[in-house]
Amino acid sequence: MENSRRKFLKIAGISVLGLGVKPVVDVVASEEPQKYAPNAEALRGKRWAMVVDTRKCKNDCTDCITACHTIHNVPDIKNPKHEVKWIWAEKYGHVFPGQEHEYLDHSVENRPFMVLCNHCDDPACVRVCPTKATFKREDGIVLMDMHRCIGCRFCMAACPFGARSFNWMDPRPFVKDENAKFPTRMKGVVEKCNFCAERLAEGLMPACVEACKDKALIFGDLEDPSSEVRKILSSNYTIRRKPELGTNPMVYYIV
Amino acid sequence: MYDKKVIIPGIVIFLWLFLLPFWYNMGKATPPPEPKTDTPVIKQLTEKKCIEDTLFMKTSHMQLLNDWRDSVVRERNRVHTASNGKQYEMSLQKECMNCHSNKSEFCDKCHDYVAVKPYCWDCHLEPKEKK
Repeated sequence: MENSRRKFLKIAGISVLGLGVKPVVDVVASEEPQKYAPNAEALRGKRWAMVVDTRKCKNDCTDCITACHTIHNVPDIKNPKHEVKWIWAEKYGHVFPGQEHEYLDHSVENRPFMVLCNHCDDPACVRVCPTKATFKREDGIVLMDMHRCIGCRFCMAACPFGARSFNWMDPRPFVKDENAKFPTRMKGVVEKCNFCAERLAEGLMPACVEACKDKALIFGDLEDPSSEVRKILSSNYTIRRKPELGTNPMVYYIV
Repeated sequence: MYDKKVIIPGIVIFLWLFLLPFWYNMGKATPPPEPKTDTPVIKQLTEKKCIEDTLFMKTSHMQLLNDWRDSVVRERNRVHTASNGKQYEMSLQKECMNCHSNKSEFCDKCHDYVAVKPYCWDCHLEPKEKK
């Protein structure tokens, strides 16, 4: 009898203590309604990538560059020391250094190769950024938080593809038709291609892909086996820029 | 007291310098600003209300914008659900300035008054105002 009474008091005491914990549990376990959410139409991918079919790319065509640079308010600065570019054309030998030789097919030699940020899987720029202004998103896009860029240019030194440009001067006077839906940049920050993160968020394809009439630029999700990029990668021989550096670029070229 | 000749004029000069700005500004209080919300878009609204109530917007718009920018850039969120259930795009240029298209009358008036210089407009484009 005494024994069971003692037990009862013990259990009662612990139970009262347990009740005292409830407010703490409520605070920790309570779920606030989600205030922020992604757009319902947003394109979701696990690993965004691009294929550049250089066979289809035409000389003197600048559709993709114009589309990208107008939409993103990229300044048109003529001085090559100060120029800012997100996507531009290069010669074969500059895109694939070491691969060129003097007997190269003339069509390849004279063809424009569109180059842009490779959105590497192991991006050197992200590793060196001291403020974490450059970071890799879950879907693989290497993005910049312009609010945090301090303009140290470590990322420009780290990037093996020269994909980044520095704003040596106020870019505003060099932006002809301002796109009111996208910000400009300011003096003293680095900028680069963002794989049109702001367009993907609205369910749109990147501007360059949409602008290319010859379908030379193909964008899609690498982790989706039925995506167009995967189909093209599996049916064509493709190469990437400087794979030996181990950054694992996500822009593939068909030569 | 030693060095009376130096210390007393020194104190007087110090007080004069210290009190000069107060004396100079006495009776010249700047009237508190009244930001204008009479833009064409706001005039057409049936319910003249920002995404949250005015007091919250007055005191916390900077925190809200700060949360927005982190959430948009880092977490890919673009839609804000306000406390009344309405949804808004989390964008200064596309959402805020769509109604408040009068930056000089709305933003600048208070910011100038309290002498803060937000660097939003170094990059973000302000709506073109007719003068």
